[in-house]
Amino acid sequence: MLQSNKESLGIVKPEYFTFAQSPDELILESGLKLGPITLAYETYGVLNEEKTNAILALHAFSGDAHAAGYHQDEEKPGWWNDMIGPGKAFDTDKYFVICSNVLGGCKGSTGPSSLNPATGRPYGLDFPIITISDMVRAQKKLIDHLGIKKLLCVAGGSMGGMQVLQWVANYPEMVKSAIPIATTMKHSPQQIAFDEVGRQAVMADPAWNGGDYYGKAQPERGLAVARMIGHITYMSDRSMEDKFSRKLKEDNYSFTFKTDFEVEGYLRYRGDTFVKRFDANTYLYITKAMDYFDVSGDKIIPSGKKIDTRFLVISFKSDWLYPSYQSNELVRILRMRRADVTYCDINSTYGHDAFLLEVEDESRLIKHFLEKVSSVK
Amino acid sequence: MKESVQLDYRVIASIIEPDSRVLDLGCGNGELLSYLVKEKNADAQGIELDENAIYQCVEKGLSVFHSDIDSGLSGYPDKSFDYVILNQSLQEIKKIDYVINEALRAGKKVIIGFPNFAHIGARFMLFFRGMAPITNSLPYRWNDTPNLRFLSVKDFEWYCSKKGIKILESHYLGARNKINLLPNLFALNVIFVITKN
Repeated sequence: MLQSNKESLGIVKPEYFTFAQSPDELILESGLKLGPITLAYETYGVLNEEKTNAILALHAFSGDAHAAGYHQDEEKPGWWNDMIGPGKAFDTDKYFVICSNVLGGCKGSTGPSSLNPATGRPYGLDFPIITISDMVRAQKKLIDHLGIKKLLCVAGGSMGGMQVLQWVANYPEMVKSAIPIATTMKHSPQQIAFDEVGRQAVMADPAWNGGDYYGKAQPERGLAVARMIGHITYMSDRSMEDKFSRKLKEDNYSFTFKTDFEVEGYLRYRGDTFVKRFDANTYLYITKAMDYFDVSGDKIIPSGKKIDTRFLVISFKSDWLYPSYQSNELVRILRMRRADVTYCDINSTYGHDAFLLEVEDESRLIKHFLEKVSSVK
Repeated sequence: MKESVQLDYRVIASIIEPDSRVLDLGCGNGELLSYLVKEKNADAQGIELDENAIYQCVEKGLSVFHSDIDSGLSGYPDKSFDYVILNQSLQEIKKIDYVINEALRAGKKVIIGFPNFAHIGARFMLFFRGMAPITNSLPYRWNDTPNLRFLSVKDFEWYCSKKGIKILESHYLGARNKINLLPNLFALNVIFVITKN
């Protein structure tokens, strides 16, 4: 493989930025106040003196601030390690890449599992409902804190792509270029439906206990089921056939309800590992944020307004969770606003997961797109 | 103008004004657009169906949209472009009326280039050999041609008069140079600049 030969960033460490201290809490889209807020973030590469080479990478639903490199004593690299590093698509020899855990997350940023300063206990369901726009407004505080006036690029797939579009809607003058991948301007009823099934699975688990399970066991069964459903939606019929077909774990059917098929074993394994690293309430809050997301029509760029941001929009032919027509609709709106757009519908069989897997094709597009963006004033 | 650049590119570059906004429908690997950027500082965009060609366009620093020509133009506001180019793609289009109307809507002017089916070589081949013509501009056998339509200079002129389309410029191309004599007989390729009032 082309990418694996390339250098990695080596050992990286998260940093933390806390803001919105009382009385300057962040006023959320719901009107409620939240503070103080901590964001966990990592950076890779070096910010140039003019601060013009910063790229904000935005993670998907279950991602975190650890986008690239390795944490001490961990075997697995960050979630976009194939794309971020020396000589890679987001070339850390040239660019300064930032990634933060979203508001509402459970990997170092303030979320429902964080301590509520008012009670000294974890927020649980006292945590206010947050939106994609609230996540982006928190990220803006971090970018301000780093002294960056304009981002060379904001990039991300899936929910990361929603944040990209929200950045364009909220702070167009701060975004020189945007790379929304495998994403949508708004959740469709089908996408909301899958999220609701996942939430119901979590809440149906008695261990969820109205969101108050901290210090006890988390609702592992419900959360694992939610994750299993999620993983089905991330693959395609074809990729499941290629990966599992009807292969059995043992030679014969067991004639019990044990896991006979490899696909069952895979989903159970995915569910079981997920519950060890992810908070059930964060699952509820972040899926809700995605369902509320809607920058369709005039909301991303008001009609009649000219935008200087350059776009690279990427979708994948076999992605049925965020189908190509949603990216096409985005491109249509951007064109109507006369934005500079490049669009590629990559012929992948991996389904929605493709945005993490089609490294070579994405790299070709992103690398040259960023070179072009860097070269224009 | 350099000889190494193909004749139709040079003719198209001679047509467009410097700093124009240009859309190339069926832009392939972006060679023509790159040439127009270099020679005329064009603000260039392309539409192309082939994925590999998209990568090549992006490598050239071009903005390109992955779509077929038939549906690629929707969403562009009226007169978004100074020129919409359909070079060597007209003969492969399914919905001719729709695409030409959309091109005339999205562009102030439309540049259309296609192979002339009534070229003398094609006529000879059909008349004397009794086989579907193969010429420099129509190099395919009947079974492997991407071309859906076969038209001549006169056919296109007839189409424009029937549809109320105004022909602003006509350029007739031989193998190496532009020609003027009996274009419907001697032109291998033709480039028209058209508009609609």
